[in-house]
Parts: sequence; structure tokens; C-alpha cells
Amino acid sequence: MRAFKSLSVAMAKGFFRDKMSVFFAILFPLMFLVLFGGLLADMGTSKSEIIQVGPVAVLDQAPPVAREALKDALTVKKSDDETAALRKVRKGDADAVVKQSGDDVLVYYSQADAVKAAMVQGTFQGIVQSANIGATGQPPKFALNAEQVEDDSLTAIQFVTPGLLGWAIAMGATFGAASNLVSWRTNGLLRRLRLAPINTSSVVLARVVVSLTIAAVQSIIFVALGMLFFGLKLTGSWPMMIPLLFAGTLAFMAIGLLAGSVARTEEGAIGLANFVILPMAFLSGSFFPLDGAPKWLQAVGNVLPLKHLNDGMLDTMVRGDGPAAALIPIVILLGFTVVLTAISARLFRWDD
Amino acid sequence: MGAGIQADGLTMTYGDLKAVDNVSFEVRAGEFFGLLGPNGAGKTTALEMVEGLRKPKSGTVRIDGMDPGQRKPELMRRLGVQLQAASFFERLTAREQLDSFGALYGVAPGRTDEMLEHVGLVDKADIRTEDLSGGQKQRLSIACALIHDPDFVFLDEPTAALDPQARRNLWDLLRSLNDSGRTVILTTHYMDEAEALCDRVAIIDAGKILEMDSPAALVRGLDAPVRISVAPGMLTAEQAQAFDPEGTVSDSEAELTITTREPAKVLSAMADRGALDGLSVKGGSLEDVFLHLTGREYRA
Repeated sequence: MRAFKSLSVAMAKGFFRDKMSVFFAILFPLMFLVLFGGLLADMGTSKSEIIQVGPVAVLDQAPPVAREALKDALTVKKSDDETAALRKVRKGDADAVVKQSGDDVLVYYSQADAVKAAMVQGTFQGIVQSANIGATGQPPKFALNAEQVEDDSLTAIQFVTPGLLGWAIAMGATFGAASNLVSWRTNGLLRRLRLAPINTSSVVLARVVVSLTIAAVQSIIFVALGMLFFGLKLTGSWPMMIPLLFAGTLAFMAIGLLAGSVARTEEGAIGLANFVILPMAFLSGSFFPLDGAPKWLQAVGNVLPLKHLNDGMLDTMVRGDGPAAALIPIVILLGFTVVLTAISARLFRWDD
Repeated sequence: MGAGIQADGLTMTYGDLKAVDNVSFEVRAGEFFGLLGPNGAGKTTALEMVEGLRKPKSGTVRIDGMDPGQRKPELMRRLGVQLQAASFFERLTAREQLDSFGALYGVAPGRTDEMLEHVGLVDKADIRTEDLSGGQKQRLSIACALIHDPDFVFLDEPTAALDPQARRNLWDLLRSLNDSGRTVILTTHYMDEAEALCDRVAIIDAGKILEMDSPAALVRGLDAPVRISVAPGMLTAEQAQAFDPEGTVSDSEAELTITTREPAKVLSAMADRGALDGLSVKGGSLEDVFLHLTGREYRA
């Protein structure tokens, strides 16, 4: 017991005293969280900016309620210089120019930003339609009520945090195990430990405990930062992320052990781990969702452990699914652990 | 103390290469034993088989009657091992290294201070191992090997890559190792080290033991001529030759040297003439023994 404790402490000190390791395991993924959190925060509230030239009855004489609603979608500026206004649209400084000639409402837009162009057209379609109905004096027969299926809290940060956290855990566990194994093998410490009256299992268990500790530190910092600065809100069964991260850490430790058993040098092990983890992060939707990706690419993602870790965390942390949603990912991750550990045990060497 | 160490017919092959070829030796309890040979002679492989780190292709090892290959905790607790590379935990201080190794052997924490004192690293206790000098690292790794007060100590090239002064400093520490009745096996490629430290030496080359005895007996057995030198100008070459017609004389600007098998006769004749300025007398050394055994230049 004392041997196990002292090995854990020695490994943990070795990690936390190495500024580079701490940077890559904790600060580097956090940089991405801040980056994505900052980038995506503005995207939800983007309004169309239009320039009104001369009087436009549908805007000027809209009833106060409609005017309020329009404020959410449009920012209207007035101008008398049509040429200058059109130039602004061409340069992308404004999204559209609107003017009225007779009973026609004219909207000039630029196809350079197709999404904005469609939004502006749609908005004015609506404005003109309701003005037409208003002109008939009849109350509208059909009404459209659009409502989001998620609750209001579902901003971009909700989707980004679980994926980035999954990537951070994957990096920390893989790199930690790989570099630990190689450096202890090359400096002879593994052999030295082999000549001490301790079990191999205390060495492995110590590494597991240290990796889990690092994963816990990563998760706490991630979630705390997300909640405090970027409006992250956890849903009901979020405690399931604890067993999920536990299983995920084990799976990626096993990948690290495999990389460490194959590689001869520490640099080689880190490179190999990178070669595996970075593409996996993309294919598992850590950085952006894969819903739009081709089917075969999504199929590749499904055989990767990180995909299942990300899915499980998304479901339980932010999508509000019940605890059961984490079970299948946990089983899959533990399966990866068993298979990969068995392979690396076969490749394991005490010395070079 | 127990019955010491018996290695019997140890053999290790790597492909076609016989790294260790039928090596047998016995180390008595309390003895300081040296495996001496050039790099690549097979010393380290032989030592690793004795420690139980490497399973011999054939042959047996018994330490106090037990097979180290079985890794029985009661035997491992009695072995102290210092490996060739300084095998430390990364980024721990000297004190933390000793505490960690001590915990592996279930040693009381107070032992750390005792060991720091013993190897003269008290003022370096809170320095990380990466920042220690080569000599300090070697001292610390010996302290780590001794933390649990083992009966058998294995040292693999403890003074390799040290400057001469650090090497001599370490010798004092190494000499004290078997004061308390410990059995020590040391590998080295330094002749002077083996001569200075070991009770008995096995000279090993190309995987085979060539000769095994105490350093003094090995040199005596060689019956090598003695080299007597004096400052130039004290004697002419002819005068020197007259002291021992069998000997060989070489006269240079730096010194005049007589190589003789009758040093007593030559020295007394020189003393009679008062021609002893800058006198130096060199007997045979293990180096000569090695040269004699292998018939080639020693390549350390």
C-alpha cells in the first residue's frame, strides 16, 4: 500500500512539475474552449443590417407590435443617397437596400452572403404579406408559431464543451501514459522497479490513479470556466459524466500504453499519440459537429472511442437525456480498454 | 551472513553472438568482487543475470541458496541494485527520490536523512535530480540502492562518465560499502578502480572469464618486469645497463628508464651512486595482466 501511494505521488509530482505537460494537458484545450466560446457567442444574435432609401410605407407605418418584432431581425438605417447605399451592399458593409416605388417594395441584396440574402428576402416577404392582409381588413386565418425544441439555454457553448473536454481527456490520458512508460523504460527506472519487492500491478494502478486525477482536474476547470464565463448550463443527469470520464480515461490510457510500447523514444511516443488523437478528435466531432459530414466519414467516427465518449457526454451533460444514455458509451469505452491493454501487454518491454 | 553468491555456467546469446559464454564464479559472503573488462565484454549482461533481471539461456544463479529469477520478495528485500543509467523518478528532489525508494521497501522515513548524511548530500537534499552533477547523481543512486540496508549490493559501472576527482571521491564511499559485512559485486572498465576496491577480480572479455583472483595475486602471477625511472642526466644509458645486463634501458629528454626483473639489485646500485632524483618505480598492473591475457591493447 505504501509502495503504491509513493509511486502515485512520485508520478503526480513528475507530471505537475513539468510545465510543458501541464500546458498541453490543461491550458492548451482550455485555449480552444475560450476561442470557440468567444467565437460562437456572437453568432446567435446576428441581425440583418439594411439601408432604407426614401419613405417605405410597410416599415414606416407598421403597427408598434410588428415594429418591436422587426427590431429583433433588422437594423434599419436611413439614407437619401441610393448610389452610396448600393455601394455599401456591394462591399458587404450592409446586407440590403430597401426602397418603395409605387406599391412595389424593392429589396437590393448581394449574393456574396447567401444566408444573409435569403434572410433579408424572407423577412421582407413576411412584412409585405402581413401588410397585404392588413390592407384587406380581414383578421388572418392561419397563424405561425415557431418554437425551438431545446430550452433557451442551448447555445453553442453547450455543444462545444463536451467535445472539447473529451479531446482534452483523450490527450491527457494518452500522452501521460505514453511518455511515462517510455521515459521510465529508457532511463532504466522500470528495471529498477522490477528489482524492488513490489507487484507490477501497483505500478499500473498508480498510473491509473494519476491519470484519473489529471482528468478530474481538467474536467473541473473546463466545466467551471464554461459555466462562469460562457453560460454553460448542465442538465439533469450530468453526474453521469463522472463514470463516463473514468471509462474514457482508461480507454485512452490503454492507447497511450500501446503507443509507449511501440515507440522507442519519448518524442516518438508523443508523435504517435498525436497522430492517433488529433485525427480522431476531428472524426469524433470534438471541434465541430459531423451531422453534415458524408455517411462514410460518420461511420469511421463510430469505431473510434472518442466519438462514444463525446456522444455520451453530450447526451448527459447538455441534452438532458437520462442517466441510461451514458451506459452504452461506458461499455464501449471499457471494451476498448480491455482489448488495447491486452495488445500492449503483449508488446510490453522492461528495457530497450 | 549467508552463503554468498554462486553463478554457474551462465550463458546468454543474442542471435549468433554469445554475449556471456559459460561464466561461473563464486562470491563469498562479505566479499567485494569485481567484474573487470572493456565495454561490450559482457559484464553488465552477466550482472543482470545474477540480479535476476535477465533469464540466462543456460546456467544457474543462487544468492544465499535462492534463485533470484523467481523474484521472491524475501530475497529482493535483501538485494540493493544500482543500475548503469541513473534511474530516477523525473523531477523529484534528492530527498523525494530516497523517500520514494524507501517506501517501495517499507523503510522508515527517518532512513532518508541517514542516507543523505552517509553519501554527503545533505545540502543537496532539496535539489531536483536533474540539477545534480554526475558525481552527485551517482552518490544518490548508491544511496537509493542502500536505502533498505541490503545484504547484497550490485553496482554497474558506478564511476563511468565521472571526472577523475569525482571518481576518487566515490571510491571512499564504495570502500565503506562492505565494512558492515555486505557482499558487493561491481562491474567496471577501470583497472585502477578494480585494483583499489576489489578483494577479488574476474577479468572478462568477449563473454568469457579469462582469469580470477585477487588483484595482487594476478599481478604477481604475471611476473612482469618493473620500470624504474629517474630524472635525465643522473645516469648515462651505459651505466644503467651495467646494473642489469638483462634489462632494457631507454633514455629520453624527460627521464631515463630501466625495465628490469631484478629491481632490488638495480635500486641498491642506484642508491649507492646517489642517483635517485625524480625516482619512480612502477610494478605490473592489472592493465599488464589484461594485455598479457588477451595479447592486445586494452580498449576501455
